[in-house]
Amino acid sequence: MSDAIPTLELRNVSKRFGAVQALDGVDFAVHAGEVMALVGDNGAGKSTLIKSVAGIHPFDSGEVRFDGEEVHIHGPKDAARLGIEVVYQDLALCDNLDVVQNMFLGRESHDAFRRLRELDMEQRANATLASLSVTTIRSTRQTVATLSGGQRQSVAVARAVMWNSRVVILDEPTAALGVAQTRQVLELVKRLGAQGLAVVLISHNLHDVFEVADRITVLRLGRDVGVYDRRATTQQEIVAAITAGVPTKVAGIPGTGE
Amino acid sequence: MSTAAPQEARLADGERETVLGAARAYVDKVRAGDVGSLPVILGMAVIVAVFTAKVGVFFSAINFNNLVVQMVPVALIAIGVVFVLLIGEIDLSIGYLAGVCGVCVAWFAQPGTHHQVPGLVAIFLAIGLGALIGLVQGSFVALLGVPSFVVTLAGLLAMEGVIIRWVGSQAAISIQDKYVNGTANYFLSPGASWVVAAVVTVGFGVTTIGGLLARRRAGLPVGNPTLAGLRVAGVAVAAFAVVAISNRDRGLSFAGLLLVAMLVLGTFVARRTTFGRHVYAVGGNAEAARRAGINVPFIRICVFMISGAAAGLGGVLLAARLNGVDLTIGGGSTLLDAIAAAVIGGTSLFGGRGRVVAALLGALVIRTIANGLGLLGSSSATEYMITGVILLAAVTLDTLSRRRLERSGR
Repeated sequence: MSDAIPTLELRNVSKRFGAVQALDGVDFAVHAGEVMALVGDNGAGKSTLIKSVAGIHPFDSGEVRFDGEEVHIHGPKDAARLGIEVVYQDLALCDNLDVVQNMFLGRESHDAFRRLRELDMEQRANATLASLSVTTIRSTRQTVATLSGGQRQSVAVARAVMWNSRVVILDEPTAALGVAQTRQVLELVKRLGAQGLAVVLISHNLHDVFEVADRITVLRLGRDVGVYDRRATTQQEIVAAITAGVPTKVAGIPGTGE
Repeated sequence: MSTAAPQEARLADGERETVLGAARAYVDKVRAGDVGSLPVILGMAVIVAVFTAKVGVFFSAINFNNLVVQMVPVALIAIGVVFVLLIGEIDLSIGYLAGVCGVCVAWFAQPGTHHQVPGLVAIFLAIGLGALIGLVQGSFVALLGVPSFVVTLAGLLAMEGVIIRWVGSQAAISIQDKYVNGTANYFLSPGASWVVAAVVTVGFGVTTIGGLLARRRAGLPVGNPTLAGLRVAGVAVAAFAVVAISNRDRGLSFAGLLLVAMLVLGTFVARRTTFGRHVYAVGGNAEAARRAGINVPFIRICVFMISGAAAGLGGVLLAARLNGVDLTIGGGSTLLDAIAAAVIGGTSLFGGRGRVVAALLGALVIRTIANGLGLLGSSSATEYMITGVILLAAVTLDTLSRRRLERSGR
């Protein structure tokens, strides 16, 4: 898998906010069909990285490649056009609208008179949820307010994958969930990968990460410490990388162990 | 892997077929913070029963037509209030704004003056003026972020001044134009009234049943056909009963017809267009709407324009009902009646929940109480107190269902 062209690749990207070097020469790549976890302590640069990819604020320097071609992301619309969708931690759903209405929010299907095509939207929403094997939602015409945390997360994820997306970035999808619902969402994340999407999973919970991720990128203080194959590493090794830093993949540069 | 989903859908479908399922769906809706219009319809039935028992003339054709004409201006203004409440804002200017538009129509229809225009043009100028004032107020709210409470409070004060200045030393402007006055005082012939009842019934029936058939063709859950049939039957009975009663007096009032047309238009905009969907989204979660690419300030400004235009039309009817305007137009309880109507009808004060028909239901409750108590010879003191209690009950219901939602951590 790693010898193929990555769907999304960042080369030597940096980002500075005033005096703070949020990202410093980070390399990152995710391939189609893999779940890449992005882990690191608070302030490691995870949020900055995904926000830049999503077009909220551009990188200062470095290269972004999509399917091997260099691209420039200047705004959320550019990211959406490439097929990059972000599911933010707070989900951004409207409680008062139903599942279908939320999945199509801002991208409603309508005719020349701006009348809504409800049936078309409902069918497509149902099909998307079915393709993700989301079976816990009783009816897509119930309002989101009636859904559990896990169901809401499923709706947010389904909304993200609906638009021919290629890369789905999930920001702490299990942070607010109980055990059973965490399980539902992790299963969903696995299926996204199995469907050939490139999935980036940001999480503090290493247990979750080890359950679904294929590879793990560790960030520390704005630098990438390294990329680990899940099957060839241990939680202890990752924790060490997150907290203390370890020799990076570039030989000769000592770890940041001070 | 994908066989489970249709099974789930069928299950949900089957559940709603039963009356029990429908009841459960309603409880779900209340849990989701949407009280709906059931409480107000039940309340209305009680009110009508009490007054019919107490005052013989209450349930008469002539009183029915009077009630409709009294109610329509409030209900028209309340349609605008529903939209404003849907985006979680408030518009306190609508009372005097309606007043200004009433003065506007009277002024433009004043015969023998250099500013006289045809009556219909005057009506549209008044509505346009309302929308324009809404545009200004909405811009302060949406673009500058000034709280709507304050912007429209300022509008309320300024508009009262405008009325006093505009009506001027004459203290009143009478209206003679038959189109303007006709908006409140024209009654359809009995034949035409029956046609209206038939059109309303067929229109509602075709839309409802057509919607069900289209869903079935599309292979989607159809819900409860019996319930839909009952709803169509209910509308048919209501439409023909209203016309039957009206025809024993002067016929169906044009004002009532106008209100029905505006309710249909408002409902269409709110439920069937992308604009309406975005209105609900802004009221439900403005940040989510913004991230979904919705132009939130644009929606807010449009909603204040709708509120202004609705108040403008309401103002025209206020003026037409009395064949003229004086310094008190739009004052008194106009503002609070309209807001109370929207809330009593089931629109949430917290945004995102409510339907346009709430304007009709709430206005019916308020004006029926006023009308019935008037016939009983009670003072307006009793009327205000009862209306106050009902408003408090409606808002409490709304708040409780909302608090439930927050407690469950969603």
